[in-house]
Amino acid sequence: MNAHAAIEAPVSTPPSQRYDLEMVAVSKVYQGAAAVNGVSLRIPKASYCCLLGPSGCGKSTTLRMIAGHEAATSGDILIGDRNVTDAPPADRGTSMMFQNYALFPHMSAVDNVAYSLKVRGVAKAERREKAREFLDLVRMGEFSERLPAQMSGGQQQRVALARALITRPKVLLLDEPLSALDPFLREHMRGELKRLQRDLGISFVHVTHSQDEAMALADLVVVMEAGHIRQAGAPREIFERPGTAFVARFIGGHNVLARDGRRIAVRADRCRLGSADDAVGFRGRVANVEYLGSTVRVTVAGENGVDAAALVSDETFFAAPVEIGGQATLVWAERDAHALSD
Amino acid sequence: MMTEPGQPRPKSFYFLAAFFAAFLAFMYGPMLVIFILSFQGENGGMSFPMEGTSLLWFKQLLSDTGRVGDIPSALLRSLEMAVLASALTVVICVSAGLAFRRRFPGAGLLFYTAVASLVMPSLFVGFGIALGFKQLGWRTSLFTSGLGAQLTWTLPFGLMITFATIGRFDRRYEEAATDLGASAWQRFKDIILPIIMPGVVGVALFGFTLSYDEFPRSQLTVGAVNTLPLEIWAMTTAAISPVLFALGTVTTVVSFLVLTAAIAIIGLMVRRRSGGRATPA
Repeated sequence: MNAHAAIEAPVSTPPSQRYDLEMVAVSKVYQGAAAVNGVSLRIPKASYCCLLGPSGCGKSTTLRMIAGHEAATSGDILIGDRNVTDAPPADRGTSMMFQNYALFPHMSAVDNVAYSLKVRGVAKAERREKAREFLDLVRMGEFSERLPAQMSGGQQQRVALARALITRPKVLLLDEPLSALDPFLREHMRGELKRLQRDLGISFVHVTHSQDEAMALADLVVVMEAGHIRQAGAPREIFERPGTAFVARFIGGHNVLARDGRRIAVRADRCRLGSADDAVGFRGRVANVEYLGSTVRVTVAGENGVDAAALVSDETFFAAPVEIGGQATLVWAERDAHALSD
Repeated sequence: MMTEPGQPRPKSFYFLAAFFAAFLAFMYGPMLVIFILSFQGENGGMSFPMEGTSLLWFKQLLSDTGRVGDIPSALLRSLEMAVLASALTVVICVSAGLAFRRRFPGAGLLFYTAVASLVMPSLFVGFGIALGFKQLGWRTSLFTSGLGAQLTWTLPFGLMITFATIGRFDRRYEEAATDLGASAWQRFKDIILPIIMPGVVGVALFGFTLSYDEFPRSQLTVGAVNTLPLEIWAMTTAAISPVLFALGTVTTVVSFLVLTAAIAIIGLMVRRRSGGRATPA
C-alpha cells in the first residue's frame, strides 16, 4: 500500500538510541498536591505501552506531560534521546489522539487530517493528497468528505488516528482511545491499534483504566496509583508476579489474603474448592456463584469481611457443585501463593 | 401528562391559556394597531375610525418635504451607529471571552464590574457621561460620548452571550490544534472562531439591535443630532400625524427582516456542522 511507504521513518537510528521515550523523575504538582510523583519510565523502541490505573492516578497527567500540554514541575522527558521537557507540543516528535477524538467539527475528514500540513503552509492539493493516503491507511478513504457529525464513533476514531499519524510521530499518545466505543467495536479497534503500531514500527503510549485492554495490547504495562508507578513490566510478568496488593487487586483475577502476618496473592484460577480439613486454605461461606460459560466463579466470604474467589472449570464445578450460603474452603498449591511487598 | 381526548381539561389549562392570550395581546396588539393605522386615509387622524385607506403617510415618510422630522438622516445615523457598536461589541467581547478562559486573579470582580452596568439606571448613566464631558470641557457628540454610552449597554449583554458560548467550547479542540502545530493565530482563525461563530453572530445581532433601539443612554450624549429613536420621540411630541405609524410599520418590518436573515444564517451554520450534507470537495 502506498500509504505505508509514506510513513516509514527514513531516520537512521544511532546505536545509542534504545528508547523511544524516557521519563526521569517527572513530577507534576498542582497547588502543593502532587498529581504525578517522581515517575521514571523507559519505553524501548517500537513498544506498545499502556499506562494503567484507576481514575485520578495520574496516568492522563503523565500522558499530557509527555505531549507537552502540561508542563512538568520537575524531572526530564526524553523522546528519541532528545530532551523535550520544555519543547512545544508540535516539536517533540509526539502526536496525541484525544479522548473523544477532538475532531474539528467544521472540517471534513480529509481537512482534519490535512490540518497539520495546512499550518505548515503545504499547498492545498498536495496536503489533501497526503491526507487521503493516511485515510486509506486507517481504511477511511471513502469517507474523506464526511464531517465528524456524519461519522460513527469508530470512524471518527480512525480519522483521529490518521490526523495524529500524518505528523509522523516517534511516539503516538492515546488518551483512553477505546472508552467511547461499544464493547464489540472496542475489541475490534484494539486489534487495529496493535496492527498499526506493528506496521509503523513506532511506540504507542496508551492510557486506559481497563486491565483487559492493557493485557491484550501492551508490550509494557505500567500500573499507576496515586501519582506513582507501582509496577511496570510485561503483562505476563505483572499478572504472574504482582508486586503489591494494589496491583494484584487492580489487575484482577487475584485473591489478596493474609498469611502469617504477611500478605499474599493467589490467582483465582489456581484455587479450587477443597474439603474443610485441608491445611492450607481459606474457609468461609459461599457468597456468590457466577456461571461464566467455560468457567464458574465461586466467591467465598471469610472472616473480617475478606472475600476470595475461585475460578473453576465448569466441568469441575458441576461434578461437585456448591450452593450459595453453604460452607466452602478454597485451597491452592503452596507454590501458587505469591508474597506481596505491602 | 397528556389529557386523553374527550376528558375535561384541568382548570390550570384555562388560567394559563388566558395568561398567554393576554401576553400575546400586549405584545402584538399595539403593533397591529399601528400597522393598520399606518394605512389611514388621507383625511384620517391619529386614531380609529379609519377614513378609507392610503399610502400617503409612507410617501410623506420617504419624501423630503420637511413636514416630518428628518427621518432618513436619523435612520442613516442610527444604522451607522448600530453597525459600529455591534462591531466593537463583537471584537471586545470575543477578546474578553478568550482572556477569561484563564482564571486570572480578580477575574470574578472584573466580570461583575462589567456586567453591573446592566442594573445601572440608564438615564443617569447618560446624564453622568454628558456631565463628565462638560466637566472636561469636551463637547458631546454621536461617535464619542454617544458611542461610549451605547457600549455601556451593549458590552455587558455581549459579554454574557460570549461567555456562555466560549464556556461550552471544548478546550481539546485547541489542544489538538496545538498538537498539530498551529500557532496562536492559526488556532483562533481556523478552529476557535469557526466553532464559536453562531455565538459571535448572536453577539453581533444583539449589539446591533440594542444599539439601534437605545434611548435613555443616548438621549443626553449624542450631541446636536438625533438617532432614530430620539427623532421618533421628538416627532411624537411635535408633529402629530399618521406618518408616525408608517414609520413604526417600516422599522418593524426592517427589524423583522434583519432578525429573520440572522436566524436563517445561524440555522444554516448549525445545520452544516451537524452534517445535513457533506461539504463539496
